[in-house]
Amino acid sequence: MKISLAIKNIRKNFNGIIALDDLSMEFKKGSIIGIIGPNGSGKTTLANILSGAITNDNGLFVFDECFEVKKINPDETAFYKISRTFQDVRLFNQMSVLDNVLTVISEKSIFDSIFSKHTDFHLKKVKKILEETDLWEKRNCLAANLSYGQKKLLEIARIMASDAKIIIFDEIFSGLFPEMIKKIANIIKSLKDEGKTVLVIEHNMKIITDLCNHVYVLDNGRLLAKGRPKKVLEEEKVLEAYLGK
Amino acid sequence: MEYFIYLTTTIFIYAILAISLNLVAGYTGLFSMTQASFFGIGAYASAILTTRYGLPFSYSILVGILITTLVSFLVGIISNNFKNDYYMLVTLAFNAIIFGLFVNWQSVTHGSLGIYGIQKPALLGHLFPESISFLILVFIFFLPIYLISYFMVKSPFGIALRAIREDEKVAQLFGYNIKNYKLSIFIIGAIMAGIAGSLFASQVSFISPPSFALSESIFILSMIILGGLSDLNGSLLGAIFLVILPEFLSFIGFSQEVAAQMRQALYGLALVFIILYCPKGILGKYEL
Repeated sequence: MKISLAIKNIRKNFNGIIALDDLSMEFKKGSIIGIIGPNGSGKTTLANILSGAITNDNGLFVFDECFEVKKINPDETAFYKISRTFQDVRLFNQMSVLDNVLTVISEKSIFDSIFSKHTDFHLKKVKKILEETDLWEKRNCLAANLSYGQKKLLEIARIMASDAKIIIFDEIFSGLFPEMIKKIANIIKSLKDEGKTVLVIEHNMKIITDLCNHVYVLDNGRLLAKGRPKKVLEEEKVLEAYLGK
Repeated sequence: MEYFIYLTTTIFIYAILAISLNLVAGYTGLFSMTQASFFGIGAYASAILTTRYGLPFSYSILVGILITTLVSFLVGIISNNFKNDYYMLVTLAFNAIIFGLFVNWQSVTHGSLGIYGIQKPALLGHLFPESISFLILVFIFFLPIYLISYFMVKSPFGIALRAIREDEKVAQLFGYNIKNYKLSIFIIGAIMAGIAGSLFASQVSFISPPSFALSESIFILSMIILGGLSDLNGSLLGAIFLVILPEFLSFIGFSQEVAAQMRQALYGLALVFIILYCPKGILGKYEL
């Protein structure tokens, strides 16, 4: 299976505190990759670097096994087709559910966006996505007025509307009830089936085991273990780092 | 009748100004305090070119647009590097700098003495000396500005502006070049303010720096907060309310001087009341 993104020797230092230390990973196309580790292990730092929110000090990113970049700038994430959700849900709160998703599929060039309008194609696409995420009935509600679970679904709906090929879900399941977890897990599986590379940052081991094809375990910014979830989660060093056994 | 026409003309001029700031602040979340400066640049360009060089109004307004575009481009590029309170402070500083130019560049602006004798425009060969004709001319400018703004905010461009206002990092994640978007709407808003300035200079026939001071930027901001952020009709409503308010004070028996002083206090009171009890403004769709 082709590797859609490989990171090589990524390092990040925050004022003397090493958040990521010489980290290398490979993310295969059409797979769900779990990234786990105790608090402060560097998971969200990695997500922030991959989505351009912060820049790495060293290292390389190799996309589709063919082109390399040293840094991912914030205005380049759409070009590299990377998208993400956030630990604290970040929506366009004072916009409707419909507009939240339309924003993603709208024309991005300034000139074209002034002189274009949303067509049936756009509206049908948004309708399909909002129906899949059970948000169609709420399409005219302000995003701020949705329930916590619906807000998470809207974040996912925006990702589905984007043409992202690499998607990072940062603790998407936290605080959700079992039905919602099941629903989101199914959406993630369907994204994988569409050939997208899905990174799931998560603490819930059962979700990781059920959902992921491959898992990376981080500890203090270093790679502690990698492999198939069930096998990795039985490794003593992983249990020790995670559970303090 | 003349008084009513004068008041209506003033309302339309200020409505253009309020729309210009609502696009920048209400739709995009950029609380610019420089709008009065662009209003002033348009006014001074028109006043200088018509009184000193005898250029027709149509040319003077075009030159005003050109100068406003250039200045807003520079101000926009620099202020784009700041956010929130710092953005306000930087644009406030630009307001002070441009105001300082109006006062101190005496060879051009006549400083505190101002420029007087500004003629009512002759546009397309038709004279507009009468107040009613001037009102029609102002409306001819207001209507397309309102309609352009309306279609702009309903277009994907408008949705992008609101997304940037809500969370520019996330908007960037989805492929928007936020700096260019912010700069574009800043320049568009400045051009509209410049046009309002040209019309204002023609209406009052005398301009001087105090008309374009920081208090004027606050006045425009009050209009859109009162009428409603992120709503074009709110801009119009805010302009109607705040232009009529001091006139109403004169009607109920206050002298012009007292009414002028009370104007500031009433604007302040209205703002406090709106922010406390109606944070979206009367028609607004965006809460601070």
